[in-house]
Amino acid sequence: MYKVLKKEKLVPTITRLKIMAPLIAEKTKPGNFIILRVDEKGERVPLTIADYDREEGSITIIFQEVGYSTKKLGKLEVGDCIKDLVGPLGHHIDMEDCKKVVLLGGGTGTALLYPKVKGFYEQGAEVISITGARTKNLIILEDELNEYSDKLYIATDDGSYGIHGFVTEILKDVLKDEKDIDLVVAIGPVPMMKAVADMTEEYGIETIVSLNAIMVDGTGMCGACRVTVGGERKFTCVDGPSFDAHQVDFEELMNRLNFYQNEEEDVAKENSAEEVN
Amino acid sequence: MSLQKKKTPMREQDPKERIKNYKEVPFGYNDQEALMEAERCLQCKHQPCVDGCPVKVPIPQFMQAIKDGDVVEANQIIKTKNSLPAVCGRVCPQEEQCEDLCVMGIKNEPVAIGRLERYVSDYNMERGSDKSSSKEIEKMKIPELKGRKVAVIGSGPAGLTAAADLAKYGLKVTIFEALHDTGGVLRYGIPEFRLPKSIVDKEVESIKELGVEIKLNIVVGKSLTVDEIFEQGYESIFIGVGAGLPRFLGIPGENLNGVYSANEFLTRVNLMKAFKYPEYKTPVIVGDKVAVVGAGNVAMDSARTAKRLGAKDVYIVYRRARNQMPARSEEIHHAEEEGIELKLLNNPVAIHGKDGCIDKMECLKMELGEKDDSGRRRPIPIEDSNWMLDVDTVIIAIGQNPNPLLTKNTKDLDTESWGGIIVDDTQQTSREGVYAGGDVVTGAATVIKAMGAGKQAVESIKDYLLNKKDN
Repeated sequence: MYKVLKKEKLVPTITRLKIMAPLIAEKTKPGNFIILRVDEKGERVPLTIADYDREEGSITIIFQEVGYSTKKLGKLEVGDCIKDLVGPLGHHIDMEDCKKVVLLGGGTGTALLYPKVKGFYEQGAEVISITGARTKNLIILEDELNEYSDKLYIATDDGSYGIHGFVTEILKDVLKDEKDIDLVVAIGPVPMMKAVADMTEEYGIETIVSLNAIMVDGTGMCGACRVTVGGERKFTCVDGPSFDAHQVDFEELMNRLNFYQNEEEDVAKENSAEEVN
Repeated sequence: MSLQKKKTPMREQDPKERIKNYKEVPFGYNDQEALMEAERCLQCKHQPCVDGCPVKVPIPQFMQAIKDGDVVEANQIIKTKNSLPAVCGRVCPQEEQCEDLCVMGIKNEPVAIGRLERYVSDYNMERGSDKSSSKEIEKMKIPELKGRKVAVIGSGPAGLTAAADLAKYGLKVTIFEALHDTGGVLRYGIPEFRLPKSIVDKEVESIKELGVEIKLNIVVGKSLTVDEIFEQGYESIFIGVGAGLPRFLGIPGENLNGVYSANEFLTRVNLMKAFKYPEYKTPVIVGDKVAVVGAGNVAMDSARTAKRLGAKDVYIVYRRARNQMPARSEEIHHAEEEGIELKLLNNPVAIHGKDGCIDKMECLKMELGEKDDSGRRRPIPIEDSNWMLDVDTVIIAIGQNPNPLLTKNTKDLDTESWGGIIVDDTQQTSREGVYAGGDVVTGAATVIKAMGAGKQAVESIKDYLLNKKDN
């Protein structure tokens, strides 16, 4: 069993948990993910490892409470345990040879972005971070991003904080103003990642996106997470989750993400009904 | 009294009823039926049936024990060679193995060895007398091996068998399993109506009682490497991680919503219990019209599962002819009884979509030509014979390759181009002390062949450790 060491609500629907998992902590690098099962009836849920502490033997996950498992996860308290946890899975991001990196996170995507921001900063790259959300009180990890970024830009859709608009609008200016960008990393909703890919392609800047395809086992066994990258079939769990943004078939990804939408909503609804009762 | 010519029939659930539930289809013999069937065994001195068994179960001896009314003893006899008899009694292709060589079968139907193996296991499981007797186990222990550590990777049929036999020799065995539950394909692949998971639980439990430790949620190659396992003091490793990488057809439209690999479909239903959704939270979407591509046991399992999930029309689409279908005839028979329709000599060439979902599957009619490398007549496309099959779900069940996660992340472990681990005839890999067996070596095959390979590897590991000590 994997014990919760620390719990923090970043915003009312986004929670950060630190979990005891020495074997995973020892191996984790930025870009890896875990699969967890909150209880006997829960799905196998993939979540990016947001941080890790090898000495303490802990990993940190950040998640938005949307379905059965994430809502139940959000209710765990310090000392409670998660039934199953496996990882680190997926390929980590290769960070060497990058001197100047722009990283964008949209919504909860920022949580997934944070370990990469920290990783690039710690290996000496110049880091420009851009984060955004619908409104001010949904902005997460501002202090953490600030600590590990040379420049941090914030955007809100409603203009309540930072720049009024989308992260892509900030990127437009950054691409115009900054020289010698080696790499752009974008994590967030599919339309945002696609927009970033289109913009950086014009500048010929290498761009990485981290995909959130539907997974079942997470070890290359089921193929549910297959995506088309450069015309080839790839499994997000073992070949990714990060891919060359200019090669990804985003439309297909978006379509596949929608397949189980009704079931996800049903389970979430049922959850809320259970809460009321 | 003359011997009965045919097998004693096994009672089964009515097809009309069973497609509405997930309960096991055959009920198994009662005491009287088992005795009647065991009486048919001729007790041949040369025991051809045993030669047909990959793990060499002493078949005539356990038959005799049934005849003598000692079903507990019959189980102990089976267990000397087979650690998973309740599984094998259900899913082994006995018709190609032990029963194929049964002398009774020359003029009549062979003895129903599989059904009797199942009977003996179930009888003892129900009474709690299914464990190997401690006296028998004590006899097998080898003093020089006592307490030395061996790791087994994967808890499927090969791994469980290897672990049990290693433990019987007195070794301290740890199984590393990637998923959150044991059993490998027995858990995620074979459906409840063919192999109840309570049976798998009991078989695993009796292996644990031999002292085997099972660590779940460890993906060797990611969480832990082969080198690190050696560093932890394990002196030898058996790899039995199976063939978990699904093959796709490589035709247009395979990434449309509603197209599943059989692995995904069956894992959702069996491992994640989607058949109990929404109580269990993993869903599986199945439309009214389902095409399963392929004709092996996995294809039959997928088709029959789809039927139970409420699909109205379920088709098996296969490019070859009926007598070339790789599935057990019993499974094909069960599928047809349940209303699964066979669309033979048809090859899918494209899946057409509408709004991101499947609209139709385009097939090309085939005819049989000359024999190919596999000795079967090669299917040849009939030009311009394309036609559309109206379906909303497609399940691809055309086989699996070994999962490369472990092999790619293990230094100096030689593999075939298709991913299989290369071993010699003692199951030894290119790395000292590392042995492998089962589907990860052969590609997708049967439960019992994997078990046979696991047993062979154990003998090699035993010799390796004994010689190593002498060095």
